[in-house]
Amino acid sequence: MKEIVVISGKGGTGKTSLASSLAILSGEESIIADCDVDAADMHLLLSPDFGHRENFFSGKQAVIDGEICTSCGLCMEKCRFDAIETNVSGYFVKPIDCEGCGYCARICPVEAINMKDQLAGEFYVSTTRINNTLVHARLAPGAENSGKLVAKVKNEARNLAEKANKKYVIADGSPGIGCPVISSLSGADFVVMVTEPSLSGLHDLKRVYELVRKFDIKASCIINKYDINPEITERIMEFIKYESVIHLCNIPYSNEFTEAMTNGLTILENGNKEMEEMIIDAWEKIKKSVNEKYEEI
Amino acid sequence: MKIAIASGKGGTGKTTLATNLAAYLSDDRDVILADLDVEEPNSGLFIKGEKLLEETKYKMIPGWVERDCTFCGICQEVCNFNAILNLGTQILIYPELCHSCYACSELCPAEALPMKKQRMGILSHYKKDRINFVESHLDIGQEQAVPLIEQTLKYIEAINKGNSIVILDSPPGTSCPVIEATKDADRVILITEPTPFGLHDLKLAVETMKILEKEFVVVINRFGTGNSDVEEYCHENMIRIIAFIPDNRQVAEFYSRGELVYDKMNDFREAIIHIKDYLLEN
Repeated sequence: MKEIVVISGKGGTGKTSLASSLAILSGEESIIADCDVDAADMHLLLSPDFGHRENFFSGKQAVIDGEICTSCGLCMEKCRFDAIETNVSGYFVKPIDCEGCGYCARICPVEAINMKDQLAGEFYVSTTRINNTLVHARLAPGAENSGKLVAKVKNEARNLAEKANKKYVIADGSPGIGCPVISSLSGADFVVMVTEPSLSGLHDLKRVYELVRKFDIKASCIINKYDINPEITERIMEFIKYESVIHLCNIPYSNEFTEAMTNGLTILENGNKEMEEMIIDAWEKIKKSVNEKYEEI
Repeated sequence: MKIAIASGKGGTGKTTLATNLAAYLSDDRDVILADLDVEEPNSGLFIKGEKLLEETKYKMIPGWVERDCTFCGICQEVCNFNAILNLGTQILIYPELCHSCYACSELCPAEALPMKKQRMGILSHYKKDRINFVESHLDIGQEQAVPLIEQTLKYIEAINKGNSIVILDSPPGTSCPVIEATKDADRVILITEPTPFGLHDLKLAVETMKILEKEFVVVINRFGTGNSDVEEYCHENMIRIIAFIPDNRQVAEFYSRGELVYDKMNDFREAIIHIKDYLLEN
């Protein structure tokens, strides 16, 4: 089983539309994982049934029992996150600021502070409209995206893929370079970086590639909206050539991404033959490359 | 006044709005623009000025002093983030997991874990006309954006003489980095696009703002594409839409070159004027 992760660094480059297209192309050969748990959107294109649903708990939160609290103020003094405040009715914890370190609960002289498990989101295993399996999740608003929910989504997808003898896991990664992306990349065999020819796109691509390199994963690149700035497209092409990143395709600027999405379809299914061929060709290149033995460069 | 510009979905125009709004407002007042998307900061590609300062930013993590350690294991026990491992002959510290709570350090009976600095990124401060621009870059491989966002906000607090408008270009999403970036803002502008992804992620952002009890309004970018679901959602939920930025490939082209748009396209400037009017309301 090979794990293919689609990432972008910068948002709005078409990552989810393209990852979902690959999910459609791979059909029954794959398990799909939506690792962008902070803004999970794959379900809007793949119409899953949310067949299996469970709560996801992660982290802790301090709660002060006002009945026991003697208002000594030690917790407030020790808290590095300014999460404890006091008013006329006594000491209380601000949930938004509490990091769940538990220091206050440990040092409270009268044991008035309890650490409660935090509901951090929901986790789903679904069957999609094309009958393959999608593992996805929804992080609760304001919850800490520590990468744990991402790891859970990926592990479940991997287990299901191994059990059902699937060839691939196709994962939609998260934006940025922090913990959720690190979680998305860990253990992956192949990464598809979706970018656009803007100064921001190039800047973010270079940063996210630096992260990919730390993981030593084979990398490839799709340049979306390549025609909005031919000069930067050229610079991206030079960059990926220099870094031996596999070039998959250049996709023109098109309203069809929005159109397809509005119809609940992937860009692959919007009836544009040229677009369809380009993505099929990219998928063939991915399959060929991911199944080759890793060659040291 | 502090205004945060946020969005659930990435790529909806946060940076375009933040930079153009900052430039437009700076015609007749002092503006501080801060790029808090420390994982992928881009505002600096649009606002080029003279660099006033660059400094390395650190977070505090415990450092193990072998000769004082008795391997009692309290440090491992008190760490809720699994950032410390007691091997019996050695204490292992995982800096990327550490939240700098100081529990291990202060509860160590042998004082063998004094806190020390650990580099997490770089903050830069630029000045261009009446804009003070501050941005931070998280080092590659660092997992936590929040401590760097927090320190960037502290820096802004220190340079703000009180009468500047502060514009915070927030990270995407709805989790901890966004909370950190928006929790002290007076008002939040959520920028979205009229597509199913835009709507879905806007709903998440709205829920987050409600938890934070923030005053927020919506700007619809790329207006004219997609469908009217975002508008309908806002009307149904009594959410005020303060401006529409028309869908135009030219905006993407200006953006791609790192150029501002408000001085080149009339309908874009009109949207920026609507936003300024909103900000000047009491």
